[in-house]
Amino acid sequence: MGRFWSLLFLLVPVLGVGAFVFAAADVWPIHGHWLPDNINDHGGVIDSLFMFILYLTGVIFIATGIALFWFLWRYDAAKHAEPAKFTHGSHTLEVVWSILPAAILLFIAIYQMNAWADAKIRRPIESSGPDGVAGTADDVPQRPLALVTGRQFEWQIHYSGPDKEFNSEDDTVRDDVFIVNELHVPVHEEVVLQIESQDVLHSFFLPNMRIKQDVVPGMKQFVWFRANREGTFDIVCAELCGWGHYKMKGRLTVESREKFDRWLAQQYDEQQRRSFVAGTGE
Amino acid sequence: MSASTVDSHGHAIPHAAGHAHGGSSVGHFINTYVFSRDHKIIGLQFLFSTLLWFLVGGLLALGIRWQLAWPWHDMPVIGRMLFSPEGGQISPEFYTMLFTMHATVMIFFVIIPILAGAFGNYLIPLMIGADDMAFPTLNMLSYWFMWPAFLCIGSSFFLPGNGAASGWTSYPPLSAVWEAAPGSGMAQTMWLLGITFVGISSMMGSVNYMTTIINMRAPGMTMFRLPLTIWAMFITAILQAFALPVLTAAGFMQLMDRTIGTGFFLPEGLVVNNSMAATGGGQPLLWQHLFWFYSHPAVYIMILPAMGMVSDIISCFARKPIFGYKPMVYSISGIAGLGFIVWGHHMFISGMNPVLGMTFMVATMLIALPSAVKVFNWLGTIWGGKVLFTTPMLFATSFVSMFIIGGLSGIFMAATPVDIFIHDTYFIVAHFHYVLFSGTAMAVFGAIYFWFPKMFGRMMNETWGKVHFFFTFVFLNGTFYLMHILGAVGFPRRLADPYHYETFAHLQPMNQFITICAIGMVSTQIIFAINFIYSMFYGPSVGRNPWHANSLEWTAPSPPGHGNFDFQPIVYRGPYEYGSPEVDTDYYPQIQPPPTHPKGTVPPKHH
Repeated sequence: MGRFWSLLFLLVPVLGVGAFVFAAADVWPIHGHWLPDNINDHGGVIDSLFMFILYLTGVIFIATGIALFWFLWRYDAAKHAEPAKFTHGSHTLEVVWSILPAAILLFIAIYQMNAWADAKIRRPIESSGPDGVAGTADDVPQRPLALVTGRQFEWQIHYSGPDKEFNSEDDTVRDDVFIVNELHVPVHEEVVLQIESQDVLHSFFLPNMRIKQDVVPGMKQFVWFRANREGTFDIVCAELCGWGHYKMKGRLTVESREKFDRWLAQQYDEQQRRSFVAGTGE
Repeated sequence: MSASTVDSHGHAIPHAAGHAHGGSSVGHFINTYVFSRDHKIIGLQFLFSTLLWFLVGGLLALGIRWQLAWPWHDMPVIGRMLFSPEGGQISPEFYTMLFTMHATVMIFFVIIPILAGAFGNYLIPLMIGADDMAFPTLNMLSYWFMWPAFLCIGSSFFLPGNGAASGWTSYPPLSAVWEAAPGSGMAQTMWLLGITFVGISSMMGSVNYMTTIINMRAPGMTMFRLPLTIWAMFITAILQAFALPVLTAAGFMQLMDRTIGTGFFLPEGLVVNNSMAATGGGQPLLWQHLFWFYSHPAVYIMILPAMGMVSDIISCFARKPIFGYKPMVYSISGIAGLGFIVWGHHMFISGMNPVLGMTFMVATMLIALPSAVKVFNWLGTIWGGKVLFTTPMLFATSFVSMFIIGGLSGIFMAATPVDIFIHDTYFIVAHFHYVLFSGTAMAVFGAIYFWFPKMFGRMMNETWGKVHFFFTFVFLNGTFYLMHILGAVGFPRRLADPYHYETFAHLQPMNQFITICAIGMVSTQIIFAINFIYSMFYGPSVGRNPWHANSLEWTAPSPPGHGNFDFQPIVYRGPYEYGSPEVDTDYYPQIQPPPTHPKGTVPPKHH
């Protein structure tokens, strides 16, 4: 039976790698079971990092899997007459297999820091500030296009309008636009969104943008991206927010600047009309 | 060591002395089997309790799987019994309860108590050559403090909401505001109380384990002659003792937020689902920090003892010393030490300062190192051995094979940019099930098959054990491996119906396949249950050392009586001297004195 069990353990790397190859090659029977289309100029780095780690771990997975199989096969007591090697280990080997993984792991850690900083720390800037040098403390961060607020169980979208201020105090004419679950953004432009929560934790997840950020009541977060393709995509809530968590679904529409401006103006008009009707007591 | 005597066949005869005859036999029974202070009985009590909860947790998981495969379809048989008001369907609020309670039961009632409570209790005194734990009464209490926890969590199933439903991580405000979810009422309060009782129980255990291992080792049993199981239990006990108070404190803070209006975790003026505005002044993120400060080390509490037991099993059935004993010990310690500074990797996208995320990322990457060293040493142990494919060995080998997957997938989520995409997706679900089920639970099965003869003096059936192993192994990979692929699509956790998202609509067939495998995996455990119960009473009787193993527990009677050893064990060497050239047998028990004339130098007798 030793042969059988050895081969069973060999199946782990064979089928394991096979499943990933099939999924990544996008072939039957698991067509479309891979990273969803990336439409964010800044998202590609996350995908390539994913693939890099996949190749690296894949090599280790195959090597250790085959070693395990071979040792079980080769040293099966039923097929193998010579006595066990009486050894308590090898100092050299321990040093080698400590330093090598340590170096690889540290390399991955340092290698990805830039990608992380670009995704979460270096918010796009409006101007480089008085000193004219980007990347210094006086940079003026880009203002958010919209404020997205999660609440049980919807995404409230709030565009600031031409004055670029949310709920500005001195507004004589309210130019803000409020919509639910429908987020539109212009294509090929750097977009910053301010995201907040009104009640419990939510997580603003745009699978096609490789963006995910929890929103916490009492805090505000920013996400940024530059979409490179028009279309309609999912907005997912990725942090448990109650019984209706599963239906907290929004839609993200990426469209040209003209279409976007037209859409926003139209939303504004509709909102005015609604408030007028409501204001006169119907 | 006076409470039992041992007859010539190695069977323990409990002493009648100290108990009046006749009338008080009920009292005797209660003292021996119920409120027992014998570490072995307490270990078995933990084992039986946790195995029963294992069944509950497994059935809860099937509910989750049913909903993901065929959402809003009537669940066959069980559906009618459980959710007749909903017409046999799982409602979304019931679904949130299912995954919350599945995780709670599996983590707090199965994995942690089966490792530390059952095997820790049973093995520590036996493997170090002690007659019992340092504090037997405290030990008894540590088991009986699980019962309030069982009652709290068990009763919460019958409270409004059918149980807590804010995830096993219990993140506020969802968990802290009564109106936030159907399960955030009294059920959540009971959940918090239950977890507190588990904490008390674990704390009593860990104090006892540390004291016992430090003070009660047999003569000659130096720290570096301890089996790796004991090293792992020792380090685990330290982890628990230092991490648990934080969880207990956090639990009480949340309890106060819920009941007396404090605002540790609630921002000012917070309103959830028309609740009264919170007094507030607090921070939801604070809970996450406190929770993970315990719960990340707890991840290692859930794997280190399994690693220790696997090391013992592999060395025994490779008939070869463990490869790199000291590096193994240092790895366990390294994992434990680093384990305290990686909790932030659960919070990369939580809103925590992203700069802080970088430091947690580096620490997290580094914790993969000791794990890798352990894997290499297990491979090194099997290399050059004489491998016996017994049931415990198959389970232990599968631990190594599966832990490689669980360890490697961890690197993806340690990489902060990649974690942005895969956080809270099925990639994570795949990862921790590979570590906790395919890793720890398989090691536990292996340990049960391995130490069963010591516990009950009888063998479990090997053939059925292998059948159990084969189907569990196949089905678990069918269940958990494809979850990596789901995660690569971004398939989120905890959604009652993910298929109304365009991105995930086509993933239902794969989920149905996973569910079928999960049903197969749970059904396979029937084989185990029958084998276990049957062998307890009718399995072939064995002597003290059926596996020809070296460590001390195998020199005690099977099963050992109260007081464990019928002689004073004196230890001459480490527990892994298999195939030593000093002796003719391929094993060399720790208590066997070295030959006066080492082999090869013995003068020929007949000449």
